[in-house]
Amino acid sequence: MTLPSKLTDFSLAEARDAVQAKKVSSKELTTAFVKAVADARPLNAFVTETPEKALEMAVASDVRIAHGNARPLEGLPLAIKDLFCTKGVKTTAGSKILGNFVPPYESTVSQNLWDAGAVMLGKTNMDEFAMGSSNETSHFGPVFNPWRARNSNANLVPGGSSGGSAAAVAGNLCLAATGTDTGGSIRQPAAVTGTVGIKPTYGRCSRFGIVAFASSLDQAGPMTRTVRDAALLLKHMASVDPKDSTSVDIPVPDYEATLEDGVKGLRVGIPKEYRIDNMPPEIEQLWQKGIEWLKAQGAQIVDVSLPHTKYALPTYYIVAPAEASSNLARYDGVRYGHRAAGAKDIVDLYERSRAEGFGKEVQRRILIGTYVLSSGYYDAYYSRAQKLRTLILRDFTEAYKTCDVLLTPATPGPAFGVGEKTADPVEMYLNDVFTVTVNLAGLPGIAVPAGLTANGLPLGLQLIGKAFDEATLFKAARAIEIAAGFTAKPTEWWRAA
Amino acid sequence: MTERTAKLLKGQTGDWEIVIGMEVHAQILSQSKLFSGAATAFGASPNSQVSFIDAGMPGMLPVINKWCVEQAVRTGLGLKAQINLTSVFDRKNYFYPDLPQGYQISQYKSPIVGEGEILLDMNDGSTIPVGIERLHMEQDAGKSLHDQSPDSSFVDLNRSGVALMEIVSKPHMRSSEEAAAFLKKLRAILRYLGTCDGNMDEGSMRADVNVSVCRAGGYEKFRATGDFKHLGTRCEIKNVNSMRFVAQAVEYEARRQVDLIEEGGTIVQETRLFDSKVGETRSMRSKEDAHDYRYFPDPDLLPLVLEQSWVDGIAASLPELPDAKKTRLIAAGLSPYDASVLVAEKESADYFEAMMAAGVEAKAAANWLNNEYFGRLNKAGLAIADGPVSAAANAAIVRMVAANTISGKIAKDLLDILWSEGGDPEAIVEARGLKQVTAANPEKVEEVKAKPKLASWFVGQVMKASGGKANPGAVNAILKQKLNLPD
Repeated sequence: MTLPSKLTDFSLAEARDAVQAKKVSSKELTTAFVKAVADARPLNAFVTETPEKALEMAVASDVRIAHGNARPLEGLPLAIKDLFCTKGVKTTAGSKILGNFVPPYESTVSQNLWDAGAVMLGKTNMDEFAMGSSNETSHFGPVFNPWRARNSNANLVPGGSSGGSAAAVAGNLCLAATGTDTGGSIRQPAAVTGTVGIKPTYGRCSRFGIVAFASSLDQAGPMTRTVRDAALLLKHMASVDPKDSTSVDIPVPDYEATLEDGVKGLRVGIPKEYRIDNMPPEIEQLWQKGIEWLKAQGAQIVDVSLPHTKYALPTYYIVAPAEASSNLARYDGVRYGHRAAGAKDIVDLYERSRAEGFGKEVQRRILIGTYVLSSGYYDAYYSRAQKLRTLILRDFTEAYKTCDVLLTPATPGPAFGVGEKTADPVEMYLNDVFTVTVNLAGLPGIAVPAGLTANGLPLGLQLIGKAFDEATLFKAARAIEIAAGFTAKPTEWWRAA
Repeated sequence: MTERTAKLLKGQTGDWEIVIGMEVHAQILSQSKLFSGAATAFGASPNSQVSFIDAGMPGMLPVINKWCVEQAVRTGLGLKAQINLTSVFDRKNYFYPDLPQGYQISQYKSPIVGEGEILLDMNDGSTIPVGIERLHMEQDAGKSLHDQSPDSSFVDLNRSGVALMEIVSKPHMRSSEEAAAFLKKLRAILRYLGTCDGNMDEGSMRADVNVSVCRAGGYEKFRATGDFKHLGTRCEIKNVNSMRFVAQAVEYEARRQVDLIEEGGTIVQETRLFDSKVGETRSMRSKEDAHDYRYFPDPDLLPLVLEQSWVDGIAASLPELPDAKKTRLIAAGLSPYDASVLVAEKESADYFEAMMAAGVEAKAAANWLNNEYFGRLNKAGLAIADGPVSAAANAAIVRMVAANTISGKIAKDLLDILWSEGGDPEAIVEARGLKQVTAANPEKVEEVKAKPKLASWFVGQVMKASGGKANPGAVNAILKQKLNLPD
């Protein structure tokens, strides 16, 4: 195998092999990415860059490699979404209300990565408290998609909420990044930046130390340039954790080992309800292509029905804000984070700190969540949403009687312009139409780059698996990756900016 | 259903009866908190026992403490209550500076323990059954300190996250005495079980008392139908922190309600605060001002599912509880009253049983403790554990009295000596010549029994011992009686 000429073009797996074989030092690799991060500031992908820490970790990794003690991700520079608490490094969740909060503890997922030898480049920008589909709700300003439409200088959004991580991966600013996905926040940005993103089964990764948005839906996952990289990174993010009661004690398999097993005999379900009204023809055609690619490699295509799909988005926009309204109550200006000056009493302190500290979208969701949990409305909204969740999960259980994975589009369209959908929250929410169902059912879903629009913008396909069967998802995603031959890269316009 | 007659409250317009229900918060005896590993010791310096979880830091998650669950189940079993194998933790949402998460984790719709029953031991020796509605687990809040600075309030989070059991009774109590007896009996059961130290001064047990009044006969209709319309509107009196205050608060509140109704007013459902300084209750907030707590299941915690076999194991390990002990002591010869008094406190029961184990007859031990030793402890303001005389020593005294080695009078003197000087009771009796004359000369007793005329030897001994002050005729008469000699 020939290695790319530029270190920043390495995939995570290529870099791992090169570092372990001592062809490249972690310091060289890290130095190259630190520079790429600095050069790409026009993208606004990072909230906090940690170059000194990165080089320190890289040097320590090189010592271990020299001593023959290399760990699985030794010396590999990663970007961490700013929703993961990192000990001694400012963690903002994209919000003003956390102020200069520096956690005195580390999230389990990031700790797992450091324990595997990885190097931290910095913390990536994101929608405030992970609430958004375009990275435009961040207190630290929007992230720009490394991709631009052919013959256009217009800035596009990278999707959200893990928009900074997606941009960092797509722009070769890191080998890979962590994301979190509550309603599509890994898969949607991955799809619109031509990268791979998997939301694992709920319970696969610990939520300990991840700033909570909607606890019953939140799940961490990798964002990478290849399916192999996602398989490799998830292996070292996932773990059962005694500090998270919802994490699940099921062994994490070696996903890489079965990656190339192929899809011969795999039953791929095509849910008819995902053929939504006004679906752009490009999306429809891409989906059809995906079906043909898998069929050509020996998969069996099955038509299935998920009848409650149409209720997924409304259900999600009750459950997620309800939990968020409670999870975000702790940001009150009393113990840490932003506190309004000159408050006249405690209620005034709460009201002003929260009004100043939370952005509009977060405030909107807190209001919705508070409303749907209020006495007199609980049964009409929250209770019914919970019942629908049960029905949505049952749809999948039924479908999996006749298939092993489902294939759907990942997003209803490609990346859109900055500011294009901010006026109408509902239009923004529709970006998650293909992804939220998976969170409500707690299942794993992966987005894989599958092609470009006529304008040259990336589009992705989504595969949805059975609970804790990420291994099959990786195999099927790999099959699509091979067939799609997606090699396009954005032009590095930001270097001239 | 009880046969007791209600204690009626006289009003201008007729008789009223009082109906009382209680909600008791009992702190679970545990080294660590309900959802974190932080310590729970009382009196630690402010904010020295706070984990990141208790402080509501971003990304922190609660993890249930199995020990606390076991104590809640143990308590449920002690209350003869239904144990729910599946229960759910909910979030109760409200803003307050001593509530760092912005919600309290509690059990709302599905508590761990369902209906049970408690028997109240009344002073006249009767028992009254009171239903338990439920028991649920929840975390305590921190403490706001408003008196430390003129322009700031401080918060101590040491209590934040401490495990509580909220035990809710049915409205089955009908007088201030019964309300106080409920708290007393519940406390005894918790202390026997070892699930709560029952220390009301330190706030490990706090009672909220629900009081309503209704026309005489209303309560019986309520019990017959279960329909609350037969009862009056209740007021909840918060944080009543001693048995005496419970009785006072009920008396005051019932009278207030009767007077208000008779003056043409109506009772509004509200929360009231008991002011122990003046013995009155006053309005805190009405139902309209009540928070909308927006309860919903805590998504950070899975439903709590228990194995029946685990519950059975706890049931098998329960200690003997006050009611069973009382029954056993009555069978051993105690009056129901004496038995109730002894079992009311675990320490007094343990002390008594230690005496029985030392070979003392039950009735004699109970009389000695209730008439002599506990009285002295009370007077000295000492707890049983802090008393200067051991159960073994007291047992020795009672044993010597029973064997006629010492007289009842000497027994009291001996207790005084032990109380102030300590020592071995038998050795003291020997060394200080406290034995009864007969007891000091067993061989002479046998001779006198064979030849009654020799009794004059004893008369002589008594005259000598009394310095000639005894009346020889009286001594002779007593001797004959004591030694069972013919006249």
